[in-house]
Amino acid sequence: MLLKKLTEASGVSGNEKEVRNIILDEIQDFVDDIKVDRLGNIIAYKKGKDNPKKLMITAHMDEVGLMITDIDDMGLLKFTTVGGIDKRILVSKPVLIGDNKVLGVIGAKPIHLQKREEWQNALEIEQLYIDIGVNNKTEGEKLVSIGDYVIFNSQYVEFGDKLVKAKALDNRVGCSLLIELIKEIEDIGFYGVFTVMEEVGLVGAGPVAYTVEPDLSIILEGTLCYDIPKLDSHLIPTHLNKGPAISLMDRTTLFDMEFRKRITKIAEENHIPYQYRKSSMGGNDSGKIHTTKEGSVTATISVPCRNIHSPTSVMSKQDYENTYKLLKTILLEYEKGEL
Amino acid sequence: MKFNSQLMEELVTTYGPSGNEDNIRIYIKEQIEGYVDKIEVDSLGNLIARKKGNGKKIMIAAHMDQIGLMITDIDKDGFLRFTNVGGISPYILMSQKVIFENGRVGVVYVEPIEDISKLKLSNMFIDIGVNNKEEAENLVNIGDICIYKPDYSENDNVIHTRYLDDRVGCYVAIEAIKGIKNPKNDLYFVFTVQEEVGLRGAKTSAFKVEPDIGIAIDVTGSGDTPKAKTFAVGLNKGTAIKIKDNSIITHPKLREHMVNIARNNDIPYQMEVLEYGGTDSGAIHLTKEGVPTGAISIPTRYVHSTIETASKKDILDSVKLLIKLLESDIQL
Repeated sequence: MLLKKLTEASGVSGNEKEVRNIILDEIQDFVDDIKVDRLGNIIAYKKGKDNPKKLMITAHMDEVGLMITDIDDMGLLKFTTVGGIDKRILVSKPVLIGDNKVLGVIGAKPIHLQKREEWQNALEIEQLYIDIGVNNKTEGEKLVSIGDYVIFNSQYVEFGDKLVKAKALDNRVGCSLLIELIKEIEDIGFYGVFTVMEEVGLVGAGPVAYTVEPDLSIILEGTLCYDIPKLDSHLIPTHLNKGPAISLMDRTTLFDMEFRKRITKIAEENHIPYQYRKSSMGGNDSGKIHTTKEGSVTATISVPCRNIHSPTSVMSKQDYENTYKLLKTILLEYEKGEL
Repeated sequence: MKFNSQLMEELVTTYGPSGNEDNIRIYIKEQIEGYVDKIEVDSLGNLIARKKGNGKKIMIAAHMDQIGLMITDIDKDGFLRFTNVGGISPYILMSQKVIFENGRVGVVYVEPIEDISKLKLSNMFIDIGVNNKEEAENLVNIGDICIYKPDYSENDNVIHTRYLDDRVGCYVAIEAIKGIKNPKNDLYFVFTVQEEVGLRGAKTSAFKVEPDIGIAIDVTGSGDTPKAKTFAVGLNKGTAIKIKDNSIITHPKLREHMVNIARNNDIPYQMEVLEYGGTDSGAIHLTKEGVPTGAISIPTRYVHSTIETASKKDILDSVKLLIKLLESDIQL
């Protein structure tokens, strides 16, 4: 299954090769032109009838993770974070290190040995280490190297009422949607772009927009979801099962009002549920895309993901399906020249 | 030159927050049509007006957007929650009136809090005087942006109003457009969008214009109020020629040229070394292969408050300096 394959692949920012290869393999027979640029972004093009506006749909391939910074005398590994990771989620998680996916576990001082004050605070990254089951530095160095990337060891599992638990739903869910669109849509011309290094500062998106020069872009994302009870409605950024989340603004973009309203109107006319992403925190590739060269118009459509940036992100297949439906409908409107 | 109170009042009272600059763009377009050779609007909404000349290509940027609040939630009783568009202080926002594009007025207040230091935008709300969510939704949509309700006053010396930032820059640019009869240089006046959220309009418009020289016109702070932090800029001391802020160190030769123009024409000026903030000049000077860029600032008290205050004389001096600068032969 595509989303399983994508979420279980390793692709921390700067090391997207495994994910990129899966995507290339999936889409190459369905596009008219495809290239991997110098930073590692995939730029694919599907031909269609002439349209006055050039449309680009993007999803970033990378995920947040860790990187090995040191191997100590006992063979324990020190690490740093790549992208935004809450240090409180790290302790006691299994991880996979490097190209060979060496299994390790993130360890820390047991609760018995912690002083009462230590319970009050989350453990600092400096207090954590990765145990790969070796006896000393030399043995450790045979298995891993400084600079190796680390991913969470977390399988794709379907559970409950059409829910999915996986790592890296941000943003393999966007990749999966875009792959499916590329495979299914025929005779509508658009650029399908998979970017690198979004999680470390929207790095890939600027050069891509510079190359493609889009008039309109749709950025596909997995976005934050925090829909616990007893929270005031304005503090809930998105809900699970309420459909695709349309962005209003974030730290990097004030989304074009006209384009946003066009998208919500399309959703309403086609009875596709949608919600607004109510938070203005965070940012995504749009920030670079809409300010590249002479500027362009962008929108972001996301699948809500609980526990984002963790090994146990959760999304709803129903939201996925509705997001896909909305995207397809938008493309049909685009073909009619109605975007 | 006489102070054009009507233009100033209309500029600061016309709706146009970052991301929704349509109304102010239409207003400015009407003011400058007939004085420029070509007007275009780019995909982000920047208004680019060209006044043709044979000399250097100069981009003059004044941002037309203003800070505001974007609605993110409407509760069952019809109260609105919001996020800030640009730098809004909760303390200044407290108990203000706001207005939407459609003219609907609301008032801003806060959930009961014991400690005023706990005042945050996330525990504040807008009351638009409706009884429930449905009534609210007939008037306001999630994603709409409201601004501080206009409140303009002036006396012989100063203007007190919200949104001098940066409609006063637009004023200076418009008066310069009208004042320059035979341009020596090739002038691109750009009324930019989305400055308040990160100099975004200036970035894309500078890419399009490809200027030889950039000039931003914006407000700066002042250090002349009781116990103010040391800052050698004050009201009624002339136009301010920027040396630096957090976005730029201005081009030294261009700056020197601006000083010479001011001196030779008896235009009072002061030098501005701002230790915070940024202006469109920050985005312009890093465009493509780099653009020598300077900035003319209008000394302004209480920036981003509802009672921004600037001197009419400083504003007129800024117009004079801009006109003389643009009419000069600039050798860098």
